[in-house]
Parts: sequence; C-alpha cells; structure tokens
Amino acid sequence: MSVATEKETAAATSAESALSVRNLWKIFGPRADRIIGTPDAQLSRAELKAKTGCVAGVKDVSFEVAPGEVFVVMGLSGSGKSTLVRCLTRLIEPTAGSVLIDGIDVTTASDAQLRDLRRNRVSMVFQHFGLLPHRQVIDNIAYGLEIRGMKKKERRAKAEEVVSLVGLDGFSHSYPDQLSGGMQQRVGLARALAGDPSILLFDEPFSALDPLIRRDMQNEVIRLHRDLRKTMVFITHDLQEALKLGDRILIMRDGEIVQIGRPDEVVGAPVDDYVRDFVSEVPRSHVLTLKWVMREPRPDDSMDGPVMSCDTIVRQAAKAALASEHPVRVVEGDRVIGIVDDDAILRVVVAEEEAHQ
Amino acid sequence: MSATLTPPAAAPPTPDQPGRDGPGRSIASIPRWAWALGVVVLWVGIWALTKGTDTLALAGREHTDVQTSLGRFRDDVLAGRADNPVIQLTYDLGAWFTSVVDWLQRMLSVPDFPRPVPQVGWLGVTAVATWVGLAVAGWRIAVLVAASFVSFGVFGYWSEAIDLLIVTFVAVGVSVLIGMPLAVLVGTGNRAVNAVTNTVLDIFQTMPTFVYLLPIVLFFGIGAAGAVVCTLVYALPPIIRIAGHGIRNVSTTTIEATDSAGQTWWQRLTKVQLPMARKTIVVGLNQTIMAALSMATIASYVDGPGLGQPVLDALVKNDVGGAFVPGALIVVMAVMLDRSTTAASEYSEMAARGGLDLRLRRIVLAAAAVPVLVALHLSRTYPWAAELDDPGWTPKVADAVDGFFEWFTDTFRDATQAFKDLVSAVLLNPLQSLLSESPWWLAGGAILALAFVVGGLRAVAPTVVCLGGLLYFGLWHDAMVTLNMTLVGTVLVMLLAVVLGVAMARSRAVDVVLRPTLDAGQTIPPFVYLIPVLALFGPTRFTAIVAGVVYAAPVAIKLVADGVRAVSPSTIEAGRSTGSTRWQEIVKVQLPMARASLVLAANQGLLYVLAMAVIGGLVGAGALGYDVVLGFARSEEWGKGAAAGISIVLLGIMVDRIARAAAHRSGAPAAR
Ligand SMILES: Nc1ncnc2c1ncn2[C@@H]1O[C@H](COP(=O)(O)OP(=O)(O)OP(=O)(O)O)[C@@H](O)[C@H]1O
Ligand SMILES: [Mg+2]
Repeated sequence: MSVATEKETAAATSAESALSVRNLWKIFGPRADRIIGTPDAQLSRAELKAKTGCVAGVKDVSFEVAPGEVFVVMGLSGSGKSTLVRCLTRLIEPTAGSVLIDGIDVTTASDAQLRDLRRNRVSMVFQHFGLLPHRQVIDNIAYGLEIRGMKKKERRAKAEEVVSLVGLDGFSHSYPDQLSGGMQQRVGLARALAGDPSILLFDEPFSALDPLIRRDMQNEVIRLHRDLRKTMVFITHDLQEALKLGDRILIMRDGEIVQIGRPDEVVGAPVDDYVRDFVSEVPRSHVLTLKWVMREPRPDDSMDGPVMSCDTIVRQAAKAALASEHPVRVVEGDRVIGIVDDDAILRVVVAEEEAHQ
Repeated sequence: MSATLTPPAAAPPTPDQPGRDGPGRSIASIPRWAWALGVVVLWVGIWALTKGTDTLALAGREHTDVQTSLGRFRDDVLAGRADNPVIQLTYDLGAWFTSVVDWLQRMLSVPDFPRPVPQVGWLGVTAVATWVGLAVAGWRIAVLVAASFVSFGVFGYWSEAIDLLIVTFVAVGVSVLIGMPLAVLVGTGNRAVNAVTNTVLDIFQTMPTFVYLLPIVLFFGIGAAGAVVCTLVYALPPIIRIAGHGIRNVSTTTIEATDSAGQTWWQRLTKVQLPMARKTIVVGLNQTIMAALSMATIASYVDGPGLGQPVLDALVKNDVGGAFVPGALIVVMAVMLDRSTTAASEYSEMAARGGLDLRLRRIVLAAAAVPVLVALHLSRTYPWAAELDDPGWTPKVADAVDGFFEWFTDTFRDATQAFKDLVSAVLLNPLQSLLSESPWWLAGGAILALAFVVGGLRAVAPTVVCLGGLLYFGLWHDAMVTLNMTLVGTVLVMLLAVVLGVAMARSRAVDVVLRPTLDAGQTIPPFVYLIPVLALFGPTRFTAIVAGVVYAAPVAIKLVADGVRAVSPSTIEAGRSTGSTRWQEIVKVQLPMARASLVLAANQGLLYVLAMAVIGGLVGAGALGYDVVLGFARSEEWGKGAAAGISIVLLGIMVDRIARAAAHRSGAPAAR
C-alpha cells in the first residue's frame, strides 16, 4: 500500500471512524519536539538514543478504528503499546500528530474539553488495576460518576447496575484488597463501563492474571462486546488473546507499525520475519480461512463437492471437506473463486502437528 | 527524624576494596584504616613538638572582631524595631503568637483576672481531653489521657504542663498549616522543587536544636513568642518531608487510572493522593508533634512557658530531685501524645474499614459528653474542681529520688568513677589534648586529611569550608573541645550499637525485649536525659557526653540491627557451610556487609551527640554550648554566643558531610 492511498482511505473513512490516529509521534527526552521532521527522526530507536539521548516511544503511527470494532495492538515488551494507548487520551502528551475521537480532535482540546472527553467518551482499563484501596468496590466503580458531580444516591444506584453486569454481585461493599486479582480487574472493568463511554481502552488488562482466570475474563470481554457493542482498543502481548478478541490487529515494533490486518491476514501473510516469528506458534487451522488455502478452479474440477464461503475457518471446514469425496468449492457471494482439496487441508493441519512435536 | 529512617539495604560485600575516589585508588594495596592511622601518627608527632602554640584559645571575656560585629548587628536589629519593616513584621508575628498563647493560658492554665483561677479548671480540661481521646482513639487511650492529666495535677505542675501543651499545639497547628501545602508541593512538584526543599530540610535537620534559639529570639522576642517560633521551625521538617514522601509515593497506576476518568487537579489531590497517603501523613504528624514537644521543652532556655522551666531551674542548681518530677511528667506527656496519635491513626483506619460500629460509637460519645459538660460546669463554679489541692507529693518524691541517687552514687561510686576515669584516660583526655592543644593549622590539616581518607574527594570541599568558617568566627579552641566530646560520645555510641545491634539481629528474644524500650527512648525529649546522668556524674563534660550517648543510642542500635538483619541469609549460610565460627560469622560476614548501616548509624550518632554536647553546656560541658547559653544571659556576650551557634552549625555540617561521603563510598544511601 502506498502512502498516498493510505492517506486517502484515512481521509475517506475518518468521518465514520470512532477513532482516527494520524502520524502520531511520542519521543521521550529533552527537546524531543525538535527531532521530528529532521533526518534524525528516520534513525532506528537505538541510533536515536545514542545520538540524542531521546527514546522514540511511538513513531509515526496512523490507523482508523471503526465504531463497534475490537482493535488489538500487539508487540513485544517495550514496543510502545502502552505509550500509544496513553497518547490517545493524552495521559501521555503526544509529541506530534493528531488523534480524533468521534470527530473531536483530542490533541488540540483544551483541558476542559479533555476532561469532558475522558469523563463521557473514553474509559480505560489498566494492567495493574489502579483501584483506590481506601474505597469500597461500589465507590471505586462510581468514581468516574462522582467526579462528574453526580449525587451519591444516583451514582451508587448506577454503579450497582454495572456490578451485576460484570458478575460482582455481593461484593459491592468489600475493599479491593479483599478481592482476588481477577475480581479486582472486574472492578476495573466495571469502573470503565460505569460512565457508559463509547470507547474502551485496555492496556494489557489480563496479563497479571493466571491463565484460567484470563480465559474467563477474555470471554467476559467478548460477551460484553456482543451485548454493548462498544468500540475497543485492546493492548496485549499475547497473540492468542489478540486472535481471539481482535477484529483487526496492529503489530508494533520499536514504536513503529509493522503490520495491520485481520487475524487471518496476519497469520496467512506476515509481512516480515518479526511477524512470522510472532505467528509461528499459532495453530494456523484455527485462524486461516479457506481463502488462504484454496487454489484457482480448473476446468476438470469436480463440481459435486460441498460449497463453502471463503471466510470459513479451515478447522471448521476440515470435517466436511475430508468426509466428502469431492473437493470443496469456495464461494464469495455466489461466485466460485477457488477449490480446496483434501491435500490443502491436510497441509495446514499436518504441518501444525509437526510444528508442535 | 530518627523514627523515620529507612534502614539501608546491606551493601554488596566489598571489604578491603578501596573506594572509587579516595586515596586507596592510587595505591590500591593500602587499606583506608592504614592511611588514617598514618595521618594520626604524623599528627601526634608534630603535636609533640608544637603543643600549646597557636591554639587560638580565647580568654573568658575576650572577643574577636567578628564577634563584636555580630554583637553590633544585634544592637542594630533591636534598634530597628521602630522603623525596619522586616523586624516590625517579625515582632508583630511574635506578638500575635504571644497573645494566642496568652489567651489559651488564661482559658486553661493561669488565673484569668479578676477570676482567681483559669476559665476552665483542671476537672473540665481533664474531662474534655479524655473525651477527645475517647473520640479519636478509643477507651484505652481515654484512660491513658485521663491518667496523664491527673498526674500533671497531683504533682503540682498543672499549669506548667498545660502551658507546654499549649506551646506545642500552637506550634503544631502552624506547622501543619505551613507544612501541608509544602508537602503537597514536594509530593506533586517536579524534581527541581524536590531537590531544593530537600537540601533546605537537610540543613535544618543537621542543626542542633539549640542553635535556632539565638536568632529567633532576636527577631521574635523571648517568652511564648520565641518558644512557639523555634518549636514550629523545628517541627516543620518532619511533616513536610514525611507527608511529601507519602504523597509522592502514591501508586502512579492509580493516579493514571483516575486521571483517565477525567478528574481535575483538585479532585486528584483530595480524592486520591491525600487519602492514599493518609497513613504516612499521620506518621509525619506524629513526628511533628514529638519534635515540637522536645523543642518546646528546650525553649525554656529562652523563657518559653512550660515544664521545661522547672527542669532547667533545677538542673542549673544541680538539684536532681527537683528536676525529676517535672522531667518524668514530660516523659508522661511524650508517651501520651505518641500513643494517642498512633492509636488515632489505627482507629480511624478501622472506622473507615467498617471495623467499628459507628452508630454505637456515636451513642457512646454522646452519652460520655454529658459528664464532660457537667465537669466543665463544675470546674468553672467550684474551687475544688478548678484547682487541685497539692497533696505535697512532689517534695517527697524529690527527697526520695535524691536519697536514691545518693545511695546509688555512694554504693557505685567506685564503679562510676572507674568508668569515668577509664574513658577520660583512654579517650577523652588524650583526644582533647590532641585536638585543642594542637596549633590550629595542625588540627585543621589533620582533620582535612582524615576527611579525605574516610570520605574521599567529595568530603574535602565541605570540610575546607567549615574549617574556614570555624576559624573566621574565632572560637576554634572551643569548637575543638566540643568536637572532642562529640567524637568520644560517638565512639561509645558505636560500641553500644554494634554490641546490642548484632545481638538484636541474631536473637529474636533480645529484639523483642529491646526494641520497645528503644522506641520509647526515641520519643523522650532529649533534655530529660540530662537529669539521671547529672545525678551520676555531676556537673562535668562527662554528663553531656553520657547523656548524648543515651540519647543517640536508640537510633544507632536500631540502624545497626536492621542493617545486620538485612544481610542475606544465603550469604550467611554459605559462610556457615565453610565452617566459620560464630565470631567469624559476625566479624567477617555480617558486619562488613552491614557496613553501610554502620556508617549511617555513626552519622546519626555524631549529630545526636553533638546536639547533646551543646545542650549540656549548661551542666558543665563548657565550650560552645556554654558560649551560647552565656549569649542568652548577657547582652554583651551575644556576639560570642551567636558565633558559637554558627560554629556549632558548621561542626554539624562538617561531620555530617564527611559521614555522608563515607556512606556514599560504602554504597549506603545518604542519611536523613
Ligand atoms: N517516561 C518515559 N521516559 C522515557 N522513556 C520511556 C518512558 N515511558 C516509556 N519509555 C520508553 O518507551 C518505550 C516504549 O514503552 P512502553 O511502555 O510503551 O512499551 P510497552 O510496549 O507497553 O511494553 P510492555 O509490554 O512492557 O508494557 C520503551 O523503550 C520505554 O523504555
Ligand atoms: Mg505496557
């Protein structure tokens, strides 16, 4: 994709986007703003650090998130994910670039506008919860409502609704340190939901939890997303989590975007070795769709096999495909665009078995 | 303040490795102590030849030019009271403090003319104080408060005790008013703000308490005004420092999380930072109250009202029995205040956590208010409730105490005398001759060389500046005598600290017994320590030294104990597995690894002993402390007294900087 077309699509879609980020930079260090626009900005992170003492946390990042979409940002530790997500509501002040939320330019907003945005439109869930230890669960959840100036009775009633939404019934009057990690994060989630924001930001919310609880919480987020249809930006360094939750995934390295795409695109067509490395452990049959394994139809292909959509995931197609004598016809709309035979399916599944041995 | 010291982590084991920037680097094979020994040997050699020349000793009434001009400065300030706006302002402030204290005294402790008694008598005050204790900290504290107040009354020191409380609380109130905004600034400000306040507070805390008095009295006047101001100056650093530290250390995640909900700066402060730092802030408040109490007793030197006065009067007359009861009441008050603030913080925590039945508590408090009101009324109406009849116990106690100490000194005269003689012969006298009979250039050069050996380059500049200052202010000889007492006291403190600290670290039982005693020792105002020591050793420099040791020992012992305990068990185990004896384990593993704590303990010990050596000027310690006291007493000696005060500060800064530099080289964080 050329830069020009990317800009165009950005301009075309930003009107409908819930969140639009354009050429965002964050450079930590003295006189960071002087670096952007100079040749130094093109240096790698290590070179920049050696030359100027500054660290490029986020480097020229642009993307769009559609309303109701779950947008996942992933990358190794230190790749700038937390910095990026904090720049969205200016918990960290970006060095350059712009962020639009529901059409409002966050980067130029006044303090009052910014507070209004944080109170009403965007909420965030943090890795280490960040709860107030001196307040009961219910008052933690109601905190956002309280600072808006809502009366105690009203805000408690509202918070109580959210308590049951995240499955914390009966714990309203406990204190955070009386709860397990998973439950504390439910409080964090409830606090974010209480203000009824249109966008939820998550910064590695489940990485401090053990695997079983983490799976529970992921399902909780999926359920909430299904019920509430909120736009979500979800930071993680766990690819499984990214693939499970994300409609689209942005992969970062050293502050830069490496690839943006749907889960099957990232797994099926990694742009470089960094991404390939990332996805090498993933069971491809769980992610790839038939589109990624089909071949061109040939005139001699049997036309008796089952018909499947090109978005069907390989694993789900495998049983029917292998059971049938004839190869699967892959359709997009009502046009046949490819053929998947047993070999193609087995290649994906067996390769995986080998990789896992 | 001592109780807030964080014990340093045990330094990595680098015994026998020379420091980074000391003389050890150039000739790596010679250890530091050998260098120090070399300096001392050389010093003694030259001393033997030049002894008694150029010592800069001043005769009794002699003044240097600098001291005379300091005296003139004082006269100018006093003359400027009429037209200098700064001095007018300070005097107005002082007058305002005086009138506040005065009003409170007429309410609570002295006759309010034409009444023959205060507005509220002892029964009323005791009842109200008890009720407050009940409200903020529960019934146990209420009992403690009641008992303390009754003891003030029955021993005949009611008005002095209440005066001391008044001065303390007026000063604490102002400290909190000034200190909390500064603490917020420290806690939320940037690094530059922090660095500046820290440096200023460091200097304040290095200064022996006594030194504040002269300039403050000059600008604010003596009596209640001077007492409140110096108490407040002394009590301010702990609340700024500790509360600021608490606010700064509030979890950044929580701040970020609540910021992301769109709070204002004020909401962040009042709903997140202050509540989350509450425990630490209360610790700061406790330290501030305890500091205020100890300074308010010392303020009796400048006619501050309170229990310090009878103690001081008796000490001057060498009347241990007479000092005993008011001294003991100061201790009672210290314990009461310390226990109440600590318990109040726990109690409020419990209340906030739903651990108390709030409704029941309200009922109890309302019910208890009824007898309190009755008592208030009675104490305003009936003489018996307004003033407690003195049952005449105090003279009896004084006699008993005198009798006891007489018996004690008679019985143990040999032992105490032997101890005194031993320390005098082995440490005090030789070091004193060396320091004070050396020509100034020799002593100064030797101190500088030693500073370089133990502290490296980093210690040189402050030492040069401080030595230069001592010379300039013309009390070199007295400064050397005070330094001698300080050093000897510190050696004794370190002996105690190592022996008891190691014992505490190695045995739980010793720790369990000793630690509460030490904690209690730290809450007692230092002034009080002079009383029993004076009984044992009479009015000599030895009394100041021993009182200093007693005063400094708790901090030093605790620092050493914590440092030794922090030595990783796996290192000790490794040592044990090679078959080392217990002695080897202590000497070769635990002490070297706890070296950073030892240095820190020595630093604290130096400052504490110095403070006491100065306060002890009055009871025979002489030298700089005596010069200061004389400055209070005679206006023509004011210049010399001020020079002595400044010299004390210079001595304090010098030993502190050298010790810090040494600590830095052994990898310890700087002392507070
Ligand atoms: N306040 C700061 N000052 C200087 N550098 C910073 C600051 N905050 C972050 N960085 C640097 O920016 C880079 C990106 O950090 P960031 O916290 O965004 O990474 P991350 O992807 O969230 O990593 P993790 O998975 O460990 O949370 C890191 O190299 C970090 O050292
Ligand atoms: Mg992060």
